[in-house]
Amino acid sequence: MGPLVPQGIITGQWDFLIALILGIAFGYILERAGFSSTRKLVGVFYGYDFVVLQVFFTAAITAMTGVIFLNYFGLMDANMIYINPTYLWSVIVGGIIMGVGFLVGGYCPGTSFCGASIGKIDAIVFVGGLFLGIILFSLAFPWLEGLYKATPWGPSVMHEELGITRGMFAFIVIVLALAAFWITARLQKRFSDRNLKY
Amino acid sequence: MERRETKYLNPYLAGFLLGLTLLAAMYFSGRGLGASGTPKRVIAAAAHVIMPETTENAKVFAGYFADGKGPLSDWLVFEVLGMIIGAFISGVLAGRLTWRVEHSPKITSQRRLWLALIGGALFGIGSQFGRGCTSGAALSGMASFATSGFIAVAFIFGTGYAVAWFFRKNWI
Repeated sequence: MGPLVPQGIITGQWDFLIALILGIAFGYILERAGFSSTRKLVGVFYGYDFVVLQVFFTAAITAMTGVIFLNYFGLMDANMIYINPTYLWSVIVGGIIMGVGFLVGGYCPGTSFCGASIGKIDAIVFVGGLFLGIILFSLAFPWLEGLYKATPWGPSVMHEELGITRGMFAFIVIVLALAAFWITARLQKRFSDRNLKY
Repeated sequence: MERRETKYLNPYLAGFLLGLTLLAAMYFSGRGLGASGTPKRVIAAAAHVIMPETTENAKVFAGYFADGKGPLSDWLVFEVLGMIIGAFISGVLAGRLTWRVEHSPKITSQRRLWLALIGGALFGIGSQFGRGCTSGAALSGMASFATSGFIAVAFIFGTGYAVAWFFRKNWI
């Protein structure tokens, strides 16, 4: 029963090999979907290409559904999966800064690695910027620590916050995702006359 | 244009495959995928060479030196290494391997590179507050039903739409 490594069903030595193989799949899929191109990525914000939204939300609902089924059939203990803790103000501020960074730089960290890997010089510079930003954050950490640790909610999960079952929450997300797919498909048709080359 | 388009995978198929990859990460290793954690670990490792004691005691790198193996001995470091290999393989197969600066015809390459640097720096800072970026905080967060994941998605994309108008000339 999964998760395999945390339960010691397969030894921890395999963990890095698994990471490498899944990383190859991750990078391959992102590049193959066109995520190494900034003008394709930012299309989601201007209405001419919604590939980011389509890939992102399809991946999220696929994985969510998978977690529920694996858990239901006793193949994986969903409660053992690492939950990134919520620090409310920190994640809100972080999200806003990242949102601006996305529109300024055109990439996010994962996609910039993919772009850099196929020779996009702007992606390599973005990765340089990424390092610069993290160094600045690390140096300024003593002053930023207060905000970084505000407001701790612990390993909070959405369905518990809303007081509904995991399945019900996943169902709501799937319905919202399908609605978004339908709307964006229509919008994309309208804006595709911009006919940008990228 | 037409020919290029066919070299991209159908977005729903790509999303499905990405979802399965993410699910596999959770099934095998009990965690999601990520990206921004690796540069931070590389920085910690580099800083450790220059000033070992200060780095080991720095609160911002808490936990990185706890097991004595150093910050690079980590799942995410190997995953990002794989990402670079995987994207390269796809680039080779799709014939997209070229040195170039991609930018809107309305702006210069130089402007694009400055924007990439600033955008990267913003993402570097933002991903620290977010405890992960679009991959680790948002996507993997959503898949594990984490509240932080859904907040990160809402604010990254919400802010993106809010500011898109101001940056339109750089892209379209």
